Amino acid sequence: MEHYTMNLTLKVWKQKNQNTRGHFETYQVKDISSEMSFLEMFDVLNERLIEENREPIAFDHDCREGICGMCSMYINGRPHGPWHGTTTCQLHMRAFKDGDTIVVEPWRANAFPVIKDLMVDRGAFDRIIQAGGYISVNTGSAADANAIPVEKEKADQAFTAAACIGCGACVAACKNSSAMLFVSAKVAQLALLPQGAPEKKSRVLDMIDQMDKEGFGSCTMTGACEAVCPKEISVDNIARLNEQYLSAVLTIDK
Amino acid sequence: MLDSKVPAGPVERKWNDYKGHVKLVNPANKRKLEVIVVGTGLAGASAAATLAELGYRVKAFCFQDSPRRAHSIAAQGGINAAKNYQNDGDSVFRLFYDTLKGGDYRSREANTYRLAEVSANIIDQCVAQGVPFAREYGGLLDNRSFGGVQVKRTFYAAGQTGQQLLLGAYQALERQVALGNVTMYARHEMQDLVIIDGKARGIICRNLITGELERFFGHAVLLCSGGYGNVFYLSTNAMGCNVTAAWKAHKKGAYFANPCYTQIHPTCIPVTGDHQSKLTLMSESLRNDGRIWVPKNQNETRKANDIPEEERDYYLERRYPAFGNLVPRDVASRAAKERCDAGYGVGTTKQAVYLDFRYNLINKYGRAEASRHGIENPDTETLVRLGKEVVKEKYGNLFDMYERITGENPYEVPMRIYPAVHYTMGGLWVDYELMTSIQGLYALGECNFSDHGANRLGASALMQGLADGYFVIPYTIGNYLANEISVKPVPTTHEAFEAAEKAVSDRMNHLMNIKGKQSVETFHKRLGKIMWEKCGMARNEAGLKEGIEEIRALRKEFWNDLKIPGEIKEMNPELDKANRVADFMELGELMCIDALNRTESCGCHFREESQTADGEALRIDDQFQHVSAWEFKGDDNWELHKEHLEFELAKPTQRNYK
Ligand SMILES: Cc1cc2nc3c(=O)[nH]c(=O)nc-3n(C[C@H](O)[C@H](O)[C@H](O)COP(=O)(O)OP(=O)(O)OC[C@H]3O[C@@H](n4cnc5c(N)ncnc54)[C@H](O)[C@@H]3O)c2cc1C
Ligand code: SF4
Ligand code: FES
Repeated sequence: MEHYTMNLTLKVWKQKNQNTRGHFETYQVKDISSEMSFLEMFDVLNERLIEENREPIAFDHDCREGICGMCSMYINGRPHGPWHGTTTCQLHMRAFKDGDTIVVEPWRANAFPVIKDLMVDRGAFDRIIQAGGYISVNTGSAADANAIPVEKEKADQAFTAAACIGCGACVAACKNSSAMLFVSAKVAQLALLPQGAPEKKSRVLDMIDQMDKEGFGSCTMTGACEAVCPKEISVDNIARLNEQYLSAVLTIDK
Repeated sequence: MLDSKVPAGPVERKWNDYKGHVKLVNPANKRKLEVIVVGTGLAGASAAATLAELGYRVKAFCFQDSPRRAHSIAAQGGINAAKNYQNDGDSVFRLFYDTLKGGDYRSREANTYRLAEVSANIIDQCVAQGVPFAREYGGLLDNRSFGGVQVKRTFYAAGQTGQQLLLGAYQALERQVALGNVTMYARHEMQDLVIIDGKARGIICRNLITGELERFFGHAVLLCSGGYGNVFYLSTNAMGCNVTAAWKAHKKGAYFANPCYTQIHPTCIPVTGDHQSKLTLMSESLRNDGRIWVPKNQNETRKANDIPEEERDYYLERRYPAFGNLVPRDVASRAAKERCDAGYGVGTTKQAVYLDFRYNLINKYGRAEASRHGIENPDTETLVRLGKEVVKEKYGNLFDMYERITGENPYEVPMRIYPAVHYTMGGLWVDYELMTSIQGLYALGECNFSDHGANRLGASALMQGLADGYFVIPYTIGNYLANEISVKPVPTTHEAFEAAEKAVSDRMNHLMNIKGKQSVETFHKRLGKIMWEKCGMARNEAGLKEGIEEIRALRKEFWNDLKIPGEIKEMNPELDKANRVADFMELGELMCIDALNRTESCGCHFREESQTADGEALRIDDQFQHVSAWEFKGDDNWELHKEHLEFELAKPTQRNYK
C-alpha cells in the first residue's frame, strides 16, 4: 500500500454548549499522512489549536476500534463519512486526497441535542432500552445454558441484529430522524431467541412508545439508515419489528 | 496485618462454606442501604444490576455518555467457562489449574479456584439474558481454544464477545434503572473518595458536561473502573481508560498490589508513526487458526507470499512443540520481541512478525467444507473459497478491521503483528471478599489485582469481571453491610465531603493555572515512552532506576509547563485528560519501583537478570512467592506489605509449554 501526505481544508461545526448557537469554522491542516485515522487527524489539529491558544474541537470517541459507538461525526453529508460499514474512528485518511475540503458536523436530530461542537446527547437511546430492551431475568435464576437449543440460523440472525453499537448514525441519516433501525435491531434480536418470547408483546409496544416520546420521527422506509449503518444492520429488522408490533397491538390485553 | 480473609477448609469447599455462613441483610434493610458503583463495564454493570435486584439502592457512574460504551465492549475473543460441553476433559479443577499456572503461581489460590467454580453460572446467566453466543448446527453452544490451555472452553460471539456480554449486563442495569433501583450518572468522573471514621462513605465527581463538582453518599463504594494500561500511552485500551478512581483510593489508604504486572499482548497491529493514538488488538482467538512466522533470513526483502515454505521459521511451533502457537501471551510476546531484536522482523519498521491464516484456511476449513458438500479432490482455488467463508464467519469483523487500518487484505496476505500493552493484572489489593484495605471500599474487575497472578490467560478477564459482579460481591458485601443497617445516610454537607471536594477543586485550579507551553498529550506520550522502554516487555535494574528518575523529572515539568485551554466550569476534555495523566505520572513511578523490587522473573514480568539458559522467565519462589501490596506514604514514598501465597491444591512448578 502506497502512503502519501495531504493538505486539507476542514469546515467544522463549533458550538459552545446546548444553549448557544453554533457556526462553521474553517481550518487548514497540513502534512496529513494517509496512514492516519480520521480522528488522529483531529488530534493533530487539536494539538495545533492548543499551541496557538485557540479552542480545540470537542468530539466524542473512546475505543477507536469501531465498537463502543461513541464517535459520531457527520462527514461531507454522511454519518461516519464515505466508507461503507465503517465508524468515524475507523475511517482512515486514505479515503481523502490532497486539496480536499471536508465538512464535519454533529448528528442533527431533535432527540439528540448538541452538547458541545461535535458532541451530542444520546441519552434517549438508553431510555428506549429502559422501556423494554431486555429480558427480565434476575441473576442466579438461569437454567443450564444448553437446556434450550437455538437453531443456528436464528442465533446467527439474532447476533447480526445485536451487533448494533447504538451510535445513532441511522437517526442522523434519516430525514424524519427516526430511530426505527436502532429499535428494530434490539426488538429483532430478542424476538428471534426463545428466551425473549415471554415479553415480546410488551417489549415492542413499550419501546416504540418511548421512541415516540423522545421526539424521534416515524419511519417511511427510505432505507437511508441501513445505507450508513456502520454495523450494516439490515432494514429487514424493521420488517420484523412491524410484524411484532402488529401482532402485539392485535392481541395484547392491556 | 494484610489479612486476606481466605476462609479455612479445603480449597474446593471454601466458597460454598463461606456462602453458607456469611451474614445476610434482610430485604427491608437492603432498601435502606445505598451502594455507589464507580464504573459500568462488565464488573460494574453486573454488580450494579445484581445488587439492585437484591434490593439495595444503587448509584452508578461512568465517564462515557452511556454505560453501554465501557471499554469491556471492545473485548473480542471470548469468555472461559468450565462447562466441558466439548467432553474434552475440562473441569473446574482444570480451569483453576490452567489459570493459576498461566499466572505463574503469583495469584491467590482460593480466589482463582472460586473464579473457576462460578464460571459455568456466568454462561447460564448470559444465555438467559439473550446474549447471542455462537452455536453449532445442532443448536448448542460452540467453543474455541485460547492460549495456555489444551481444551476448548472459550464461549464467543464472533469477534464481539465483550460487546454482547456488556450489552447483556447493560440491559439488566437499564431494567433496574427503569424500576427505580439504580440511578445512573453518565459523563461523571470520580475525582476522590470520601472516608468518614475509617470507612468509605462517598465520592466526589466531576460532571463532565457542566464541569461542576458533585458529592454522593454511599454506605459502601465499589470501584469497577477498569485497568491502567494507558499509562503506556499506546495500548489496546480505549482512549478514556484511566487509573484515577483507583489511584485516588490508593492515596487515601487502599494498597496497590503488583503494579508492575502488565500484560503485553502478542498480536496487535504494529505502530505506523508518531501520529498513532492507540493500538488495535487482533484477538488471541486468531492464534487458533493463524500460524506465526518470520523469514529464516535476516533482513528479508521478499513479500510474504513469495517466501517459500522451507524458508519460514514458525518459531513458536519450533520452540514450544506442545503448545505451539497457543502458548500464553507473555511467552508469545517475548518470543516475537526476540526474533525482531535479532533482525528477523518484517514490514517497513522491522518490528513485526507474520500471522498467517492460509494453511488452516485451506487445510482445516477448506477441506472440511469440501467434504461436507461432497466435493471430491477439490483444487486449491475451491478450498480457498470454501475456507474463506468459514474464516469470515469466525473472524470477519477482525479481518475487516485489519484491512481498514492497514489497507491490506488478510485473506490474501498474512497479517503483520507486534506485541502491545493490553491488560493490567496489578490493581487495588483486595481480600477474599473483594474489599480493599479501606473498610467498605471494594474493587472489582480489572481494577483489582486478584485472580490472574503475573499473567492473565486469554478469555479470563471477561470471566473475572462477571464473576465478581454477578456472583461474588452480592454475597460478600452483605457480610459488611449487615453491620451498617443502622447507619443513616450521611448528608453530603458533612465536613469530610467539604474537605474532599475542596482538595479536588484546588488541584483543578492548580492544573489550570500552570499556563505553561506543553499540551497534556505531549506529556502523556513522553511518559508512555519511558514506561515502554524502561518498564515494558523486558526490565533490568539500571533501566528501572533511570525510569524512576526520568518520570520524576517529567512530573516536575508537567506541573510547571502544562497548558490547558478553556475553563473549569464547562465541558473541558483537555482538563479531564490532564487529571488522568497527572495520576498516571505517579502510578508510573510506583510501577517501576515494584518492578525494581521484584528481582525475579514471573509471567509478564521479565527481569533480564533472572532467566533460564534458554531465555525463559525464572521465578524465585523462596523470595518472591508473595503479593507486593504498596501503601502510599506521601510523595515518592511507599511502604511494601507482603501477602505470602500458599498453594495447597496446585504446587508451584516452573512453567513448561514445551
Ligand atoms: C481490545 C481488547 C480485547 C479484549 N479481549 C478480551 C477477551 O476476548 N476476553 C477477555 O476475557 N478479556 C478481554 N479483554 C480484557 C477485558 O476486556 C477487560 O479486562 C474487561 O472488560 C475489564 O472490565 P471492567 O468492568 O473491569 O472495566 P471496563 O470495562 O474498563 O470499565 C470501566 C468502567 O469504569 C468507568 N470509569 C473509569 N474511571 C472512572 C472514573 N474515574 N469515574 C467514573 N467512572 C469511571 C468507565 O466509564 C467504565 O464504565 C480485552 C481487552 C481489550 C483492550
Ligand atoms: S442501527 Fe446502525 S446506525 Fe443505528 S445505532 Fe445501531 S449501529 Fe448505529
Ligand atoms: S470510538 Fe468507539 S466506535 Fe468509534
